Amino acid sequence: MTRKTRRLWLVLICIACFGTAIGLILRAFSSDIVFFVTPSQIVASPPPDHRLVKLGGMVVAGSVHYSKHKETPVVTFDVTDGRTAVTVTYQGILPDLFREGQSVIVIGTVTSKHRFTASEVLAKHDETYMPKEVADALRKSGKWDPRFGPPPPDIWHSNQN
Amino acid sequence: MPDSIPPRSCTSHTMITRTRHFFHYYANPGRFYHISTRIQPYVTYSALFFTFIGLGWGLFFSPPDWQQGDTVRIMYIHVPTAILASAGYAALALCGLSTLVWQHPLANLAAMEIAPVGACATALCLITGSLRGKPMWGTYWVWDARLTSVLILFFLYLGHISLIRAFEDKQRGYQAAAILALAGVIDLPIIKFSVDWWNTLHQPDSITLTRAPTISRSMLWPLILSMLGFSLGFCALVFARLRAAILEVRIRALLFPSHRRSNIV
Repeated sequence: MTRKTRRLWLVLICIACFGTAIGLILRAFSSDIVFFVTPSQIVASPPPDHRLVKLGGMVVAGSVHYSKHKETPVVTFDVTDGRTAVTVTYQGILPDLFREGQSVIVIGTVTSKHRFTASEVLAKHDETYMPKEVADALRKSGKWDPRFGPPPPDIWHSNQN
Repeated sequence: MPDSIPPRSCTSHTMITRTRHFFHYYANPGRFYHISTRIQPYVTYSALFFTFIGLGWGLFFSPPDWQQGDTVRIMYIHVPTAILASAGYAALALCGLSTLVWQHPLANLAAMEIAPVGACATALCLITGSLRGKPMWGTYWVWDARLTSVLILFFLYLGHISLIRAFEDKQRGYQAAAILALAGVIDLPIIKFSVDWWNTLHQPDSITLTRAPTISRSMLWPLILSMLGFSLGFCALVFARLRAAILEVRIRALLFPSHRRSNIV
């Protein structure tokens, strides 16, 4: 084994050890690295009062209600992960992408078991990109309705343009 | 006939020797200088050509997205710079490996010249992502796994840029920066898989090796052209910088022959 080969092995072993260490650290902290918790996690183990949590899920179709509190608009909607839903109340301006069926992340506090008061609403968009006409055509043909979540993966094989 | 087929071990051995020859041949700074000078105009002009076509198509002629509207056009700059940020760092790590193992003079110079270009790509990626985040997500910045790991990549670049220039003895600077580059390479898989391992605000990748792309072809083509143009542009910038660096070393060697052993390349 020449000196160069020995150095090569040394460097590779160092990278492998360092990588394992980082991997173990990330694994240990993975519950803190996640950006949001799901409604079923919140219902199963409610966080302490007044603690700021980030709740992520899909806006349930037909659950969005607008009202007015003095001059500011108030909106209530249900956020679901498919198993359970939490009703969110929010006062303020919603991001442009907010709509039924959209994934959102709401930041705020849990007030009771299925109720949540949000101080901030972030909209999460998915990884599908298509022109508006394609989305409309899919909706018209009944293959996919955006109000009920992201498009199924197989629509891409028949409807690309 | 049968004795014309060499045994297997012999083939792999000749292949290793041949690869070694290949690297020794092309990694020589002088030869690299001549070859890169010859291909520089082709790389530069094709970079300009593809960037012009890709960005022109993407920014003006591609359709708006059904949910993001015209804001989706930021993607044609954001995605190429994001890919180059990671690819540039991978190149930096390869340079670091050959600095530490083979003490290669061209790898030292390449590491010095790639890092600032990569840092600019990362900065552009962060800025465009943030500008797109405000209208789409409703915020310029969140501390989710994808955004944070890219910010760490940016700091790794900045650390590399300052570390490689921080020593009186250049060789020590090259080696210290090489260690940083190799340690930081752990961040690349974290960036890539952050959107799959943890739930994040950032969406998962639309273009993957295993699945069909979840992006309409009318948007995929300008994106691919733009990626090609940006990548060629990255190469053109690195080639130009590297050629200047090689010339600088040559001139210093001519002016100060006594420093030749310690402070050159």
